[in-house]
Amino acid sequence: MLASPVPMHIPDGFLSVLVSVTLWIVSVLVIAYALKRVNADLDERRIPLMGVLAAAIFAAQMLNFTVVGGTSGHLMGAALATILLGPWAAILVMTSVVGIQALIFQDGGLLVLGANIFNMGIVGVAVSYAAYQLTRTLLRDTRRTVLIGGFVAAWLSIFITSLSVALQLALSGISPANIAIPAIGGIHALIGIGEGLITVSALGFILAARPDLVRNGMARPVGGKVVLGVGLGAALLLAVLSPLASAHPDGLERVAEQQGFLSAARTPAFTMIPDYVFPGVSNQNAATILAGIVGTVLVFAVALGIAYTRRRKPTPTTEK
Amino acid sequence: MHVHFLDPYRPRPSLVHQLDPRIKLVLTLSFILTTALMPQGAWPVYILLLAVMISVVLLSELGTGFVLKRSALAFPFVLAALPLVFTGPGPSLGETMLGEWTLRISQPGLERFLSIAFKSWISVQAAIVLATSTPFPQLLVALRAIKTPRLLVAIFGLMWRYLFVLADETLRLIRARAARSGVSAQGEVKPGGSMLWRARVTGGMAGSLFLRAFERSDRIYMAMASRGYDGEVRMLPLPALKPVHWVILGAGMVLFAVLLAIAYLL
Repeated sequence: MLASPVPMHIPDGFLSVLVSVTLWIVSVLVIAYALKRVNADLDERRIPLMGVLAAAIFAAQMLNFTVVGGTSGHLMGAALATILLGPWAAILVMTSVVGIQALIFQDGGLLVLGANIFNMGIVGVAVSYAAYQLTRTLLRDTRRTVLIGGFVAAWLSIFITSLSVALQLALSGISPANIAIPAIGGIHALIGIGEGLITVSALGFILAARPDLVRNGMARPVGGKVVLGVGLGAALLLAVLSPLASAHPDGLERVAEQQGFLSAARTPAFTMIPDYVFPGVSNQNAATILAGIVGTVLVFAVALGIAYTRRRKPTPTTEK
Repeated sequence: MHVHFLDPYRPRPSLVHQLDPRIKLVLTLSFILTTALMPQGAWPVYILLLAVMISVVLLSELGTGFVLKRSALAFPFVLAALPLVFTGPGPSLGETMLGEWTLRISQPGLERFLSIAFKSWISVQAAIVLATSTPFPQLLVALRAIKTPRLLVAIFGLMWRYLFVLADETLRLIRARAARSGVSAQGEVKPGGSMLWRARVTGGMAGSLFLRAFERSDRIYMAMASRGYDGEVRMLPLPALKPVHWVILGAGMVLFAVLLAIAYLL
């Protein structure tokens, strides 16, 4: 249905608490700044526009086309939103899309929502903006340039976002960098082509029907230079960092080990899988398991008790 | 056809449904944070966490089968952590030959992989209970209570309001595409031109969807303006929290703290 086949929405449990919290802080700061910027525009028309466009991006993710075999391409939408709305509003729109996907459809976790907003909302938008503006500045600003810029922006936004996801996974000690980065990056270099093609066709359609919209979106992006710099910086940094991290995973892994495997070392009482037998359980562990089972039964009893007392009362059921 | 099935809210006369959305949101977030903070391989505490989760699911009267089915959503991502099993340090649990590669199953790696999968699974369940037991407008109230900026909450609200309208619009586009595209009865004849052509068609649909959204937002703005909208988002003040809510919140926090303490100190 709406579940994305693209492993871009990180679920809870996959990022270390440190990485999640750091990225939450970064995202909150950027969103606060974007809100300020959008408010400074003083265009009250933009609020319904952003809400409805966020809904449109969400709905557009239902549109897919067959690539080969069972795989299908579909839209993330960061590039399209950036080109049509400008960077600040696009950050808010993507934040809403990613936020609702996590809150309502469990597409991506809540604790890692900050990281997901960072990847798809902030990195995706900044990279799209930088790529689009640079293409248009380097080439002459014609209809074709808009389309080329759209393709580059869309492809880069997917590719760089995926590198960012891979790096965060590696930093959290989930996947080793030398496996995660080529695998995730490689898949998304292909998926990005689909995103690029859809974005270009959509832009072509809008250029034909309402050319003013494409022009308006980029008319006067306040603080655009900052986004351009950040987007370019993020793209370059991730593009340079990823092969490095992938070639020398030791550095990243050391960080990851300090974070992840350290907590394993801290709790020797729970090494339930002893060195010599895998399924075997030693006596001490049997006791802890027993305690666990007793606790479970207790909690269940309380819950069932409460549920039972409530079941007695005939309650008006409002079935859907 | 309408896509109301998108709305995950399932009304039930349960205690979990009646709980104040603000408390529910904070408790859910704390539960997920507690799960994330758990050391890996603390299986007895994991079992307790699972017990707490299952109790809440039972109390919410949503049906365990329903929650379990929905929680399978996060599983594809587990693939990302799979390499851990083979690349982790420590003693080996055996080797498998896979073509030319020899895969060495590492014991700490396996333990870490299982911990991650479990944590992710249980966190998704908490999020599912929150989303299916709370109507979205109430979640917006809760978001405001935890100091989400008003403008952002307003965009969330508008997005939610028009999500179903635009999803219907998308379904109409998809149906129109399907109606115009012939499908061969013979399996070997591939439907629908080259990949480029298919992408073009889909892109055109996306573009047309965006234009319709633009035009709709214009009409919405006009309707809002004619009803006195001046760019300021006004919302009703939040109702006060009753003492019993604070007790529930406190009890939840104490429970999470105790679980964490058990996991780290035992």
